[in-house]
Amino acid sequence: MVFLFLLATPLLGALFLAFFGARRWAPEANVAFSFATFVAACALTARVIGEGNLSAAHEQFFIDPFNVFLVTLTALVSLTTSLFSRPYMRIEREHGRVKPAQLRLYHSMYQVFITAMLIALTTNNMGLMWVAMEAATLSTVLLVTLYRTPASLEAGWKYFILCGVGIAQALFGTILLYFAAEKVLGAEGMSALLWTHLNEVKGQLEPTVLSLAFVFLLVGYGTKVGLAPLHNWLPDAHAEGPTPISAVLSGLLLNVAIYAVVRCKVLVEGSLHSPLPSRMLMGFGLVSVVLAAFFLWRQRDIKRLFAYSSIEHMGIITFAFGMGGAVANFAALLHMTVHSLTKSAIFFAVGHAAQKTGTQVMNDIRGLITLSPTVGWGLMLGTLAILGLPPFGVFASEFLILTTAMRDQPWATPILLLALGVAFAAIFRRVQPMVFGETTARRLPHPPALLPVFVHLGLVLTLGLFIPPYLADWFRMAAKLIGGI
Amino acid sequence: MSNLTFDLQLLNTFAALLLLSSFAMLSQRRVVTMVNLLALQGVLLGLATLLLAWRTGNGHLYVSAGVTLALKAVFLPWLLHRLIRRLGVYWDSEPLLNIAATMLVGLIVVIFAFGLAQPIAALATTSTRSSIGIAVAVVLLAFLTMITRRKAMSQVVGFLSMENGLFFGAMSATYGMPMIIELGVALDVLVAMLVLGVFFFQIREQFDSLDLHHLESLKEEK
Repeated sequence: MVFLFLLATPLLGALFLAFFGARRWAPEANVAFSFATFVAACALTARVIGEGNLSAAHEQFFIDPFNVFLVTLTALVSLTTSLFSRPYMRIEREHGRVKPAQLRLYHSMYQVFITAMLIALTTNNMGLMWVAMEAATLSTVLLVTLYRTPASLEAGWKYFILCGVGIAQALFGTILLYFAAEKVLGAEGMSALLWTHLNEVKGQLEPTVLSLAFVFLLVGYGTKVGLAPLHNWLPDAHAEGPTPISAVLSGLLLNVAIYAVVRCKVLVEGSLHSPLPSRMLMGFGLVSVVLAAFFLWRQRDIKRLFAYSSIEHMGIITFAFGMGGAVANFAALLHMTVHSLTKSAIFFAVGHAAQKTGTQVMNDIRGLITLSPTVGWGLMLGTLAILGLPPFGVFASEFLILTTAMRDQPWATPILLLALGVAFAAIFRRVQPMVFGETTARRLPHPPALLPVFVHLGLVLTLGLFIPPYLADWFRMAAKLIGGI
Repeated sequence: MSNLTFDLQLLNTFAALLLLSSFAMLSQRRVVTMVNLLALQGVLLGLATLLLAWRTGNGHLYVSAGVTLALKAVFLPWLLHRLIRRLGVYWDSEPLLNIAATMLVGLIVVIFAFGLAQPIAALATTSTRSSIGIAVAVVLLAFLTMITRRKAMSQVVGFLSMENGLFFGAMSATYGMPMIIELGVALDVLVAMLVLGVFFFQIREQFDSLDLHHLESLKEEK
């Protein structure tokens, strides 16, 4: 019942906003639907705390500690993003950058996107997960091209075709997985695609087929994660679309894609009994971290800068899941949470900054602290948090990942430290003058609504100082579930 | 091959024709012909599924054959033809690699595909396992088509051809995925094409052409 409510609310919202998305009160309606979804997610979470794992619709959907916290996180960030998008899209409309028809598309697709992500997270069926991931891509393609500028069309095309090809590889991987599972579980019903059933018999699945399947699944879903060298779509799609979309792409979609990769990894590792999947994850992760760190130096556009920072953090998370084991998995889950909160907060602040100065070119943005102290401090604190400075949560997770790496994979530690250092310098030297530099622009008449930014940063700060026991328990249970050699 | 039953031979013929159409697509520069080849692939795929449905008496394969014929043999080619007419893109520009070289690369790709499919085919128990290699080859050839083309339209045709290969692979390895998944995939492909239709008009409105060299400005040096 709660499940139905969770998935039906955003879907209903999408239908409703497809008709009324251009009305004056449409942004409020968008917030209302997102809020209802968040309430449903909280109710679901409360039930899981009380009753343990749940499954619904003949086991087609299920909730375990791994996905329940991602569901809550997704609902929370989509709520705060809808709050941010309310003034943001109003201003865009007043500036004439979007027309009513586009606004309708925007609101409706925003809800479709949330639905698709929630389905991908809660489904037990690996095939349905693929369908939902593809739906999440398709719903955002037209949002990336919302402004119809040449650059946004190019970004949208790249996003469409690269993710399309990528996700086709994942489909092939899913077919291979089904092929291996069908021998053990039989073709009757759909049990051969249900993750919980697959997880029970993973030791009997044919290793050769599964290792082949994993290559395709990792390349496929890895494209969506933005792992190098499959990351080309990511900076463009983040930079050219409306900022609320950049925030949810970076904060949520990448998490969902990593979630898919990890689910596959658990199955394959159980079948192979070899470190091959872990090594592949570590390799892709490290390459992404290093590549992103050096690309950060060449960025001029503020949204591209933080898009590359997302690639870097996805690399760190992938590397941590690759190391496996209780501590690394715990750290990776924590990092997913804090990255999602921090990065979306940064995009909110960046969105306001870009809107106020009328540009995304970093050299032209100066003195935010005098223009608008809240935007300036929001951006500065968000940047410090994402760079891994204590006492923010990112420090805690990165510290855990690094110490585990020192113990388990000492060879990787210097590479990681170097990349983190390079990224730190690259981002800080850009953000510092943007916030504290001299400006000739006049102070703006209206203070922006920045509640979401500070709510997120507050949460990240709290997670850095103190993780609530039930959350830590979830993370621990999820970490155990993911396991690893 | 002589001990194969007639229907299995027919299935193998369909598979061979599918591979042939992929090669034809690789060498074809007229976009209209590429779409026709795509429709041909849809027909072959639909007929093969129908034959398999009849052979195995599997109810859901009939539905899946119907969906394939309706979507891939009729609707999508019709949609693409309409787009081509309205946008006036009939020819692709010179491919990045000349035709002869592309064909040679294609041959190597096919050999590689059969190598890749070897372990899967060895484990498969379906009577169609010999065509798994062909399915993988169709996927990789479609990929090659996408890489060597410059026009957005021909890349999309390549993309759809890749999807055909995947569908054929699922069919020959496991007699198709569960019904609901196949329907979901078909729905996604359909929506993707509709999104693309909108998208093409946006590109054309902005650039007066569907040539992808317009879409190469987002580089790091920007």
